[in-house]
Amino acid sequence: MLTIQNYVKAESLEQAYELNQKKSSRIIGGMLWLKMSRMRVQTAIDLSGLGLDTIEEEEDSFRIGSMVSLRQLEQHPGLAQSTDGSMRECLRHIVGVQFRNLATLGGSIFGRFGFSDVLTEFMALGAEVELYRGGRISLEQFAAMPADRDILVRVILPKEPGRCSYQSLRNSSTDFPVLACAVCAGENRAAAAAVGARPGRAVLVRDEEGILSAGITEKSAEEFGAYAAAKIRTGSNMRAGAGYRKHLAQVLVKRACLEIGGMQG
Amino acid sequence: MKITVTVNGRKIQEDAACDLLLIDFLRAHGCLSVKRGCETSNCGLCTVMLDGRPVLSCSVLAVRADGRRVETLEGLQEEAEEFGAFIADQGAEQCGFCNPGLMMNAIALFRENPEPEEEEIKEYLAGNLCRCSGYEGQLRGIQAYLAWKKGVRS
Repeated sequence: MLTIQNYVKAESLEQAYELNQKKSSRIIGGMLWLKMSRMRVQTAIDLSGLGLDTIEEEEDSFRIGSMVSLRQLEQHPGLAQSTDGSMRECLRHIVGVQFRNLATLGGSIFGRFGFSDVLTEFMALGAEVELYRGGRISLEQFAAMPADRDILVRVILPKEPGRCSYQSLRNSSTDFPVLACAVCAGENRAAAAAVGARPGRAVLVRDEEGILSAGITEKSAEEFGAYAAAKIRTGSNMRAGAGYRKHLAQVLVKRACLEIGGMQG
Repeated sequence: MKITVTVNGRKIQEDAACDLLLIDFLRAHGCLSVKRGCETSNCGLCTVMLDGRPVLSCSVLAVRADGRRVETLEGLQEEAEEFGAFIADQGAEQCGFCNPGLMMNAIALFRENPEPEEEEIKEYLAGNLCRCSGYEGQLRGIQAYLAWKKGVRS
């Protein structure tokens, strides 16, 4: 059972950062994953008083506070439009509305969980993270870093014209995904697929060979699926074996390509 | 830590332990409709409204509810009776343990979307698990209630 000795609702990011330098401290996001642990937390740090629960839409990007809930992301009309509807698709299978009203973007991203639908989607969308001390870095880079004691303040999502599709497979509804993938292809950038729940953390595969650059067809979608599946490493756990995941990666990336190519409703 | 929480319209002031969960706080104050079913933030039995939004009270620290408004099924008797009769009419549930959580989340759905389609109902209530039934009776009950409610409105 999780135990907490002190609870501090931070009054500034500096205070939160200072408190968080102790190994026995923990930032609490939605606390959904943390609650499942047997951790003994000396100081629980709550960022919910810092105004980080808003989605700010700017000309070229969305600035999303780390305390924004998954449900807020799911229901935001601007994000829906900018992500081609893929934002909602990546979120709606996560447990239930009551869970998504609590779970935060910051918790999902900072945790860099292997199973994360959110990490997969945001990586494909070319997001950046804003860290209190570490500044702005790409989510792709952040996801590969080990956890440290910095604070995730915001996630910046660029607005890039293009198409996106999110696909996942679950053994049963509302469970963790067996495999998750998001494919985005923009007017100003090459197509890329993020594949998560491998079961390791999501990784990004760019279309470096220009497989989709001449347009998406049944054939090029198939090829890019095979290309992405060959580039990633999959593993086995209680949900599925490595070989099955490899196969799923190929199929789901292909389906995502077909959807963004308008070939599958 | 000293907290003040408005539970079903009644202000409660208490010195709460930092790791006390909202579910245990509410049960200690007589809200026994709020139940613990899974311990893994998955089953929806502990659903309450926090500032009007449905949340899993098993996963919220009581101190985080400080200064906020909580509603449980005990505080929604009118809505619960009206809607619950339709679930009962279908004989939808066997043991009934999951019922308060389902009622709370269904009420949240009706408030957010008064005329949901079948798929919208299923999606909204996907986080409410029932281990006796196959959800068919509950779905029929909800649809019968919505049809009746629409008739009352028009």
